Amino acid sequence: MTDLTAPGDLPSFDDRDQILAQVARWRAEGRAAALATVVATWGSAPRPVGSQLAVDAEGAMVGSVSGGCVEGAVVAEARDAMADGKPRLLTFGVSDAEAWQVGLACGGTIQVFVERIA
Amino acid sequence: MQDDILSQILKNRAAKRPFVLATNLTTGIQTIFYPSENNDLSSLDEMSREALVADQGRIVETDEGQVFLNVFNPPLRLAVVGAVHIAQPLVQIARLANYDVTVIDPRRAFASAERFPGIALSHDWPDEALVAFRPDRRSAVVTLTHDPKLDDPALVEALKSDAFYIGALGSRKTHGKRLDRLKEAGFSDADCARIHGPVGLSIGAKSPAEIAVSIVAQITAVLREAGSRAKAETPA
Repeated sequence: MTDLTAPGDLPSFDDRDQILAQVARWRAEGRAAALATVVATWGSAPRPVGSQLAVDAEGAMVGSVSGGCVEGAVVAEARDAMADGKPRLLTFGVSDAEAWQVGLACGGTIQVFVERIA
Repeated sequence: MQDDILSQILKNRAAKRPFVLATNLTTGIQTIFYPSENNDLSSLDEMSREALVADQGRIVETDEGQVFLNVFNPPLRLAVVGAVHIAQPLVQIARLANYDVTVIDPRRAFASAERFPGIALSHDWPDEALVAFRPDRRSAVVTLTHDPKLDDPALVEALKSDAFYIGALGSRKTHGKRLDRLKEAGFSDADCARIHGPVGLSIGAKSPAEIAVSIVAQITAVLREAGSRAKAETPA
C-alpha cells in the first residue's frame, strides 16, 4: 500500500500509471520488457478495454489483463515478443483451446495486444 | 512501444494532459493524439476525440488497418466543501478510487495540512473556491459543513457547472430547507434534483468512515450507471 500521508505529489492509484512507471524503471535498468493491453472484450470480461500487464525478461509482472485466467499464456507470448520484437494480437475465449486449458471462467472473449518496449 | 513514446506518456500523465495513444494492431506503430488541444481534426483525431469524451478505448478501422485507441484522461476530481471529521476518511477513500481531491474550508483550523496531509486545500469562501476549482463533467462536489452560509454558495456554483455528481450532507429536513432556499434563489426543481441529499447510498452508515464509503459508492454509481439506479437508491 502506498503511503497516503506522504506530502507533496501524491501517488496515482490508476493501475496503468503504476504499470507504465514500472516498465520505465525496468527500461532504465536496461531490462527487456513487454506490455500487454486489452484492446477489445465481448460478453462478460474480467478487465475492461485499456487494462494492461507488463512483463520483464525475468518473468516479473505487474498489472493484469484478466482475472488471472490467461496471464500465463500472455506472459509466454510477451517473452516471444521480447525475443523477436514482433507485436502480437491474441484472442482468448471459451472456444479457444488455450483459454479452455487455462480456464477463462467468465465465458467472455478478450483480445490482447502484446508489444515489446524498445 | 518505443521508449520515447513511453517517456512521453509518463510526462503527459504527470502533467494531467488528456491524450489518446493510437496503436496500429498490425504494425505496432504508435502515435499520440491530443484532440482536446487541436481544432483541425483528421479522421483519427476526430475518432480520438470521441473516445476521450466517452472515456472508452476502442478499435477503429483506418486505411492502414485496425487501430486501437487507448484513452488516457486525467484523474476524476472531487471538491469536498467542509474540512470536517467525515472529510478525513472521504478524502482517503476518494484517493484510493484515484480522484484528485481538493478540500475547501475557510476555517483554517479545520482545513489544515495536519488534518489533510498532502491534499490540496483552499481557504477561500466556498463559492470563490469552486469558481477556481472549475468543476467539469469529470468532477464531483460534496458539501459537508451543514452550515448554509458555507454549503449554499458552494451548491449554487456546483449547480451552474457540469459536475457529474453533487451531494450535500444533512438530514432530510435540513435538505428540504436547503432546496427551498435554492428554489428561492431561482433554481428549478430539475436543478435541485441534481443534488443527492441526504448524501450517500442508504447502507445504514454510522461512523465517519462508513458515511465516506456510502458517498464514494454513490459517486461511483452515478459515474458508472449514468445516475438512474443511484438516484433511485438515495433515501427519499
